[in-house]
Amino acid sequence: MRNAFAASITALAAKDDRVVVLSGDIGNRLFDAFKDQHPARFYNCGVAEANMTGMAAGMAMCGLRPFTYTITPFATTRVMEQIRIDVCYHNLPVTIVGTGSGLSYASLGPTHHSVEDVAFLRALPNMTVVCPADAAEVRVALAAILKIDGPVYLRLGKKGEPVVHQEPPALVIGRGLTLREGSDVCLLGLGNMVAPALEAAALLEGRGISAKVVSMHTVKPLDDDLLRDVLNRFAVVAVVEEHSRIGGLGSAVAEWAAAEECRTTARLLSLGTPDFFLPESGSQRYLRKQFGLTPDAIADAVAHGCQIEKKAEALA
Amino acid sequence: MTTSSAEMRTLAREIRGQVVQMSHARKTAHLGSSLSCVDIVVAAYWGVLRVDPQNPWDPGRDRFILSKGHAATTLYAALARRGYYDASVLESYNRDGGHLAEHPCWRCVPGVEASTGSLGHGLPLALGMALAGRIQGPRYRCFVLQSDGECEEGAVWEAALFAAAQKIDNVAVIIDYNKWQATGRSNEVMALAPLIDKWRAFGWSACELDGHDLPALVTALEKVPDGSGKPLAIVAHTVKGKGVSFMEDDNNWHYRTPSADELQAARRELGLA
Repeated sequence: MRNAFAASITALAAKDDRVVVLSGDIGNRLFDAFKDQHPARFYNCGVAEANMTGMAAGMAMCGLRPFTYTITPFATTRVMEQIRIDVCYHNLPVTIVGTGSGLSYASLGPTHHSVEDVAFLRALPNMTVVCPADAAEVRVALAAILKIDGPVYLRLGKKGEPVVHQEPPALVIGRGLTLREGSDVCLLGLGNMVAPALEAAALLEGRGISAKVVSMHTVKPLDDDLLRDVLNRFAVVAVVEEHSRIGGLGSAVAEWAAAEECRTTARLLSLGTPDFFLPESGSQRYLRKQFGLTPDAIADAVAHGCQIEKKAEALA
Repeated sequence: MTTSSAEMRTLAREIRGQVVQMSHARKTAHLGSSLSCVDIVVAAYWGVLRVDPQNPWDPGRDRFILSKGHAATTLYAALARRGYYDASVLESYNRDGGHLAEHPCWRCVPGVEASTGSLGHGLPLALGMALAGRIQGPRYRCFVLQSDGECEEGAVWEAALFAAAQKIDNVAVIIDYNKWQATGRSNEVMALAPLIDKWRAFGWSACELDGHDLPALVTALEKVPDGSGKPLAIVAHTVKGKGVSFMEDDNNWHYRTPSADELQAARRELGLA
């Protein structure tokens, strides 16, 4: 995803002279093309994310479209104050780009994990939260973000994620992308968990359960029409995310159901990371296994949810 | 515009009177902090800034950011006097549904360049504005008024390092060095002194002056950019509560608000009653 971001932002900057990239001492080679083509619009802001974020706001006040870019926890939760006041209170078109989100940098340890960022950033007024599923979604989302006249959080993975879309998707900010239709359950995947959700759907099909899969690339604003439909139509709606179950997409969907007075009969499952720091080292694959975020574990959790629903129906 | 020193002194007295009156009328704190920076604000708006109150958002204007947002009454009163809006707007200060909150909000009235109140935000914003000018063309200047306590915020020093590295010489920080913060002497709570040496060590041009000497303030601020390629820090030695004898250097006036009698006494001292 990060290579797609770098290539796309370089191309967009050629067409839009408001685009500026501010990097927190990262992505040196990644932005070589951008620096070659737009040297006046790239700044390495050093290991000083608070200043970087405030400067982005100051640039946006003068009509520019700055993108701040560094490893997710340092681009987001470290500088909540600057994002809240400088960017969101002023309601400025600054895009906060976090790279290596979720457990992408699992082996670097919890300092480099970001499984609370969506909770923090979606709580901020004026903020749009976009979590693409693959490189193709990054490319389309980036062009769409440039048309948003306010703060955006773009939550990227790292590189080499599985391809979800063979063709450029018809991605619209605030509208979920249905990747597979189904009739029994619905999986709402977030960002880099969309690909495992698709694998889980294939496993469920082998067990006689038909699963719809959606890339919920926009956590805020949520897709009202889609949620109204799936919460009324499916026995089980499962959110799958590389984010804490506290405050992520699962929470957002539950909040939505509470606020919308939605008379849902669906069983809502929230599959995410637990409320503790894992005290051992491990790869992204290992951590997903520990946290029940592999295709097998997702399929098991959803199938179990279906069984509970069937028992309840039989009793009723 | 050219304003004589005598005229600026009169303006400063009148703005001080307005600030004391607003604190009394709406029972709002930070009066001492507002009084200490009146002369700095007057020197900037009447002696230095290239601004046009009739065209307040002209892209080529100089920017003045009140980073110590708790001195909002000084900014509000000065902008009214400078012609950005009618003085009657000041009556809505801190009223339900009004435009003027205890800390300024961006564009709440013409001339307010940023939402401030949380400390340490003004300088990064100003650097972004200065770089935007570098990218887009206009060579305007950005002035940031900070408190001394505000220099304890880490973001200030992140910004200081960056500004020097990028040679952002059209930015100046003025530090309203009144030697007090909310609950104590600023040089005791944190090791701020020697403050001018710290800015120099961070690669800035720096000078110090009497922050109530209007001609000296104008001369210092006019130097931006000073030709050294460096941003400029002006350490302005001030007195908290300046202009009202019973408020001067008394930190109780960080939170206290004046009674009707105290308002009258202050107005008499300022030659306004």
